[in-house]
Amino acid sequence: METHLKSYKIMNTKHSSYAISNPHKIDLDGVQKASFGSAILGVLFLAAAFLGVQFPDTRIVLAISLSLIIVGTAIYARRTYLLQPEGIKNNHVWFNPLTSRGVWAWVLSIILTSFYIVLYWFPKYLGLQAGTSGKNTGLVVFFDPLSNLLHGKDANQWFVYGTLYTVLIVALGIKFIYKYRHNKYQVVRTSVVMGSQVLFAYVIPEILATLNLNDATNTQGKYLGWYDTDLKNVWPLDYDFFSKWHLDAMQVPDYQPLGMTYLIWGIVLFLVVTPFLSYLVGKRWYCSWICGCGGLAETAGDSFRQLSSKKLSSWKLERWMIHLVMVFVFVMTAATLYGYFANTGTIFGLSIYTYFQKPYGFLIGAAFSGVVGVGFYPLLGNRVWCRFGCPMAGYMGLFQRFKSKFRITTNGGQCISCGNCSTYCEQGIDVRFYAQKGQNIVRSSCVGCGVCSAVCPRGVLKLENGLNDDATRYIEPEVILGNDIDLMKYTKK
Amino acid sequence: MQEHIVIIGNGISGITCARHIRKNSDKKITVISGETEFFFSRTALMYVYMGHQKFEHTQPYENWFWKKNRINLLKKYVSEIKTDENALVFQDGNTLQYDKLIIAVGSKPNKFGWTGQDLDGVMGMYHKQDLEKIEEYSQNCKRAVIVGGGLIGIEMAEMLRSRNIPVTFLVRENSFWNGVLPKEESEMINRHILEHHIDLRLGMNLKEILADENGKARAVIIPETGEEIPCDLVGLTVGVSPNIDFIKSSNIEVNRGVLVDRCLQTNIKNVYAIGDCAEQHQAIGSRRNIEAVWYTGRMMGETLAQTICDNPKEYKPGNWFNSAKFLDIEYQTYGWVWAKPKPEETHFYWEHKSGKKSIRLVYNTQTNVFLGMNVFGIRVRHEVVDRWLTEQQHVYNVLSQLKDANFDPEFYEQYEFEILAKFNHDNNTNIKVQKTNWKRILNLIK
Ligand SMILES: Cc1cc2nc3c(=O)[nH]c(=O)nc-3n(C[C@H](O)[C@H](O)[C@H](O)COP(=O)(O)OP(=O)(O)OC[C@H]3O[C@@H](n4cnc5c(N)ncnc54)[C@H](O)[C@@H]3O)c2cc1C
Ligand code: SF4
Ligand code: SF4
Repeated sequence: METHLKSYKIMNTKHSSYAISNPHKIDLDGVQKASFGSAILGVLFLAAAFLGVQFPDTRIVLAISLSLIIVGTAIYARRTYLLQPEGIKNNHVWFNPLTSRGVWAWVLSIILTSFYIVLYWFPKYLGLQAGTSGKNTGLVVFFDPLSNLLHGKDANQWFVYGTLYTVLIVALGIKFIYKYRHNKYQVVRTSVVMGSQVLFAYVIPEILATLNLNDATNTQGKYLGWYDTDLKNVWPLDYDFFSKWHLDAMQVPDYQPLGMTYLIWGIVLFLVVTPFLSYLVGKRWYCSWICGCGGLAETAGDSFRQLSSKKLSSWKLERWMIHLVMVFVFVMTAATLYGYFANTGTIFGLSIYTYFQKPYGFLIGAAFSGVVGVGFYPLLGNRVWCRFGCPMAGYMGLFQRFKSKFRITTNGGQCISCGNCSTYCEQGIDVRFYAQKGQNIVRSSCVGCGVCSAVCPRGVLKLENGLNDDATRYIEPEVILGNDIDLMKYTKK
Repeated sequence: MQEHIVIIGNGISGITCARHIRKNSDKKITVISGETEFFFSRTALMYVYMGHQKFEHTQPYENWFWKKNRINLLKKYVSEIKTDENALVFQDGNTLQYDKLIIAVGSKPNKFGWTGQDLDGVMGMYHKQDLEKIEEYSQNCKRAVIVGGGLIGIEMAEMLRSRNIPVTFLVRENSFWNGVLPKEESEMINRHILEHHIDLRLGMNLKEILADENGKARAVIIPETGEEIPCDLVGLTVGVSPNIDFIKSSNIEVNRGVLVDRCLQTNIKNVYAIGDCAEQHQAIGSRRNIEAVWYTGRMMGETLAQTICDNPKEYKPGNWFNSAKFLDIEYQTYGWVWAKPKPEETHFYWEHKSGKKSIRLVYNTQTNVFLGMNVFGIRVRHEVVDRWLTEQQHVYNVLSQLKDANFDPEFYEQYEFEILAKFNHDNNTNIKVQKTNWKRILNLIK
């Protein structure tokens, strides 16, 4: 026991005068400092490339930069969390300026938002065709070696974005796994969401392009077109699936049989697989297990989940917005398909592009899901898009609410109304509101992340697939379990 | 004119009662508390200090809720109850008339007359104001000493450790909370406390608290060793008792708490008491006369609301249950599990090799009727275990259907086979694990 205590360096009583409330700062040890420093160094390389610094050998510098980010983060997380007994690690969340809308949160939010604005509308600043005679420079050219390696082409801004996105999910996914290492649901779920990003969104599409089954140029030097080969990217989240250029690309003879397979898969995924899986396990199969947006939210966004608003008014706003976006995408797609089959660019005299596709792409596809959705992580939480905007979430939410086996079961009378579940629900669901009444949680917006269940100190919540029977799924008991009063004789006055 | 129901205390018992009265009637309701205007969860105070939540997160209802449900809130201290005049007198001298009065004033931390117990830097952990105190006393705190090894004591130790403040934890018993926990579970928590680098001192008391020249606590003395432990914060967590000093001068009959009958009525016809401050004339079953836990406060509130709304009901709590979390180890208990088995009982105990998960089943040695269970590091389903208790299930049935009760998150390792193997081995039985059955869980089949 004594040696156990001594082996630990926490019994130091050093004071640091600038600490607001903690005179016993936990100093980072050598490993933590080195690994944290490495990850920062990795980011600095990217920043330098962005600022136009030329490296002698981009290949090596890029490899070092991305490895430092992933390995540095992983070692830092490993060291930090393994030093502590396993359990919930939310100490200081509301004191840390990064995670409680302090100054660092604003700084990060401004950086992220600017990044998205540049990415969508001013890719020149990332280096896209920014050099003489339209050559790439800056960050874009920095990624050329990797892009060439993967599919024999120079990088563009989307390749840079896709790579950084994947790197973030992997690095911070590893961190998340160390943080929740005691919770098997979290470990399995996070491993899957990481694997799904790397494999479906990143590696497979690149391989298919290398095999000239997508994004290819034929022997006559004619570009054949591009279609989305991310197996899990489903309409309506993938809102331009039914656009003419996309449908055409999938039908290019050189891409067969793969192109048509993707076309059929896309439709089956939406019409059959999605309802069926949502019925069996709730929308979580998608939102927190394989979705790319969800993947980023659950890993990189984990530190911000507590920022979502739990107000009733937010819930009202959410229901309006998400369903409006859903209607918008349905209408937009209907117009698009009409245009495709009728071979016209207008519907009721309105240009399909100007009045339907363009506004959707700009407002929803870029501004909402990217700029606000990710840029505002540090201010509004990590699921703003998933909660208020995503049409796929809206669609699956209908099943989850009305026809599904999934629910979060409330454990009888054990709730002490502490509020941890609600605070850490990234979707802003007031979980406690149900739990303290002994009622199960059946809400269309729940993405099944399982964090409410993890942080509950009294073991009150369990995500599970039971019977699809509203009577057993969604009842509000008159008195909570544990009290024996019999209310039968009572008549309302 | 609607009847005016006045409730003193906006804790879980008072608020539950108010909500249920509103659900069932149009009576005029006023809830008074001197502590805060709005209801908050006392059990969550620790999470505010540790930075898991902000104080507003501990409030289960948004602020508009009360007006919308016509529950008037008054932030005032009551200093006197005049039952002859059906009136309350506030500290500021004002008065308020009631038709029916519900006393739900909760507890206050115990102090046992130690020298130095009122010094600056010495505190209990109960009220919201204690949160402000502990924040203040933690500034530049070189060491904290917690006196009293109960649920609030270990929470306070956890709180201070979250700020990396060295903590010495004085526990009078020779193992943590072993008046309630059987030996094995108690030892598991001892180990876990040490794992969290808390300086656990078992079998040690507090003699006195020493002051510095400014009247601030500077050290405690332990009689057993004569040791003087320098510290800047002393947490006194040696239990709580009903917060009823202001009632003692009234006509309301009190003992340690406000004495009530089974309908939660005091000796005065239109005055009732619920929650931590209520004391039953006669204990109900194996329960204590004063039950100072969240759940019982809530149940009393639910029950009394019926009575107030002209549907008189006795307070009839069902099977006992409770839960807590000791640092990282969750604990749930159902039915009666005593620290030392009663003569007619057999205890079966299984512990996982990690030393952080365990299960204990208690049953009658003669009849094999299931009497209760403790789980540590494993979650179980309240409904299912409650039904087993009510139906007085044979312990073999409980064991074979143990999977029905498993409430751990999906993908968690399950231990029923291991548990049954041990039971079968110890008892020379051959009980088989049955698969989880949803219909059985939901009580759709018998
Ligand atoms: C730190 C801590 C952790 C706990 N954790 C758990 C747990 O995990 N599980 C569990 O079951 N129980 C727990 N408890 C116990 C549980 O919180 C109490 O049993 C419960 O809160 C009691 O509720 P109540 O409504 O009876 O009284 P209280 O919550 O005490 O409310 C009474 C209110 O009345 C006010 N009041 C008192 N006198 C006056 C007056 N004269 N005038 C005006 N207002 C007055 C008080 O200020 C207080 O606001 C914990 C307690 C503490 C302190
Ligand atoms: S309710 Fe729970 S599982 Fe669902 S999104 Fe919120 S925290 Fe995640
Ligand atoms: S975290 Fe658990 S105990 Fe706390 S309010 Fe939520 S369900 Fe209740």
